[in-house]
Amino acid sequence: MVYAHETGHFASIGFAAVDAAIELDGLERRYGERVALRGVSVRLAPGATLAVLGPNGAGKTTLLRVLAGLLRPHAGTARVFGAEIPDERWKVPAQVGYLGHEPLLYRDLTARENLTYHARLHGVDRSRVREAIAAVGMERRADEPLRELSRGMVQRLAAARAVLHDPPLLLLDEPRAHLDPAAAELLEPLIGRGSGRTRVLVSHDVERALGEADVALGLRAGRQAFAGNPDPDAVRELYR
Amino acid sequence: MIAAAGAILRKDLRLELRTKESVPAMTLFTLTVYVLFHFGLDRDSLDGALAAGVLWVTLLLAAVIGVSRIFAVEREQGGIDALLLAPVDRTSLFLAKAAALFVFLVAVEVVAIPAFALLLLGPGLAGMLPELLAILALGDLGIAAVGALVAALAAETRARELIVPLLLLPFLVPVLIACAQATEPFMRPDQGPEDLGRWLALLTLYDVVFVLLSVAVFDYLLED
Repeated sequence: MVYAHETGHFASIGFAAVDAAIELDGLERRYGERVALRGVSVRLAPGATLAVLGPNGAGKTTLLRVLAGLLRPHAGTARVFGAEIPDERWKVPAQVGYLGHEPLLYRDLTARENLTYHARLHGVDRSRVREAIAAVGMERRADEPLRELSRGMVQRLAAARAVLHDPPLLLLDEPRAHLDPAAAELLEPLIGRGSGRTRVLVSHDVERALGEADVALGLRAGRQAFAGNPDPDAVRELYR
Repeated sequence: MIAAAGAILRKDLRLELRTKESVPAMTLFTLTVYVLFHFGLDRDSLDGALAAGVLWVTLLLAAVIGVSRIFAVEREQGGIDALLLAPVDRTSLFLAKAAALFVFLVAVEVVAIPAFALLLLGPGLAGMLPELLAILALGDLGIAAVGALVAALAAETRARELIVPLLLLPFLVPVLIACAQATEPFMRPDQGPEDLGRWLALLTLYDVVFVLLSVAVFDYLLED
């Protein structure tokens, strides 16, 4: 179901509410006096993809950080697989893989050391590290410090880190940034639509994001502009 | 929690071995200050309360450098977010950072204490080694516990370079008093323990209180 902001009703996209991977209702988040998000309401089915669109400063990254449990909502509700944020925040990390602007990897550790560290934090078997490195095509450079790798290679490793614990939900903030077409193709089975995971995708590549999405959420200055299947005019208006 | 703390500690020690950002700076600072005292006081040797004071004040100031750096890598490279995105108790971060600070302080003291004895101390250290090790261990534990707490508190503030010494040093006054008082009798020409048990008990009590306090409040420091 998708909450239609203008009408105040949930629009069906074909699943029961209890099965929602993400449920936001009247979500609000501020930074001091500045409102970053207000009145954001959307539901997303497991396995579906939500494209979050909007110009710079619209609140897209803030939304992802709330869903990841990194920021607490100031009003409204946010649930991830039924776990309410922040009260049940401790349930969220196992469910979520977060790929944001920062790779969340240490520049002076090697790719293998970084992923082994994250595997230990997530209680994941170390054999997964080898698999993840292979999956992003980094076997030959796995024992080099990250500071010696290109930004695209680091982004591939960040993707490997995000899926290391096999999360059912991916929060992706410009996941293809810094990637060449071949690398982007390589990551498709991990973070693309074919991964079978629920995805929240923030991207400025509007055409591609809409092409991948089951549902789109438009944000402008923190306010929800639309939710559902937007017409081209609504998307154009978002960036005007 | 222990497994996660172990993973963070291993990572921190590996990063320090590779980047050499904290321990060499702390050690160099300590040696420089001892040399400055050597020439500034214009004395070949110190003893008693002055020697104990110089030893401990210098180690405490060196600890400020370590505390200021202990969260730097997490802040600059997203380590705190990565930890919050993992299903681990946040207290594991405190335990790991306190343990890393303790290891850093021990590494500094391995060089600094012999250098202090060589440059400044009148009476030798040989006769007081077991007692000095006990005092150092309890003092380091207190500095590490309070240091990790203060470092986390300052990590997300803009003026962290100011906040660390301003918060840390007042908290460490009891450690300074207890360590200096416990060490002082051994640094007199007529070496011998005096009230050692009392000062070690005070240090132990301080360590227990601050470790428990830090464990209790650390979770809230990482809230946005």
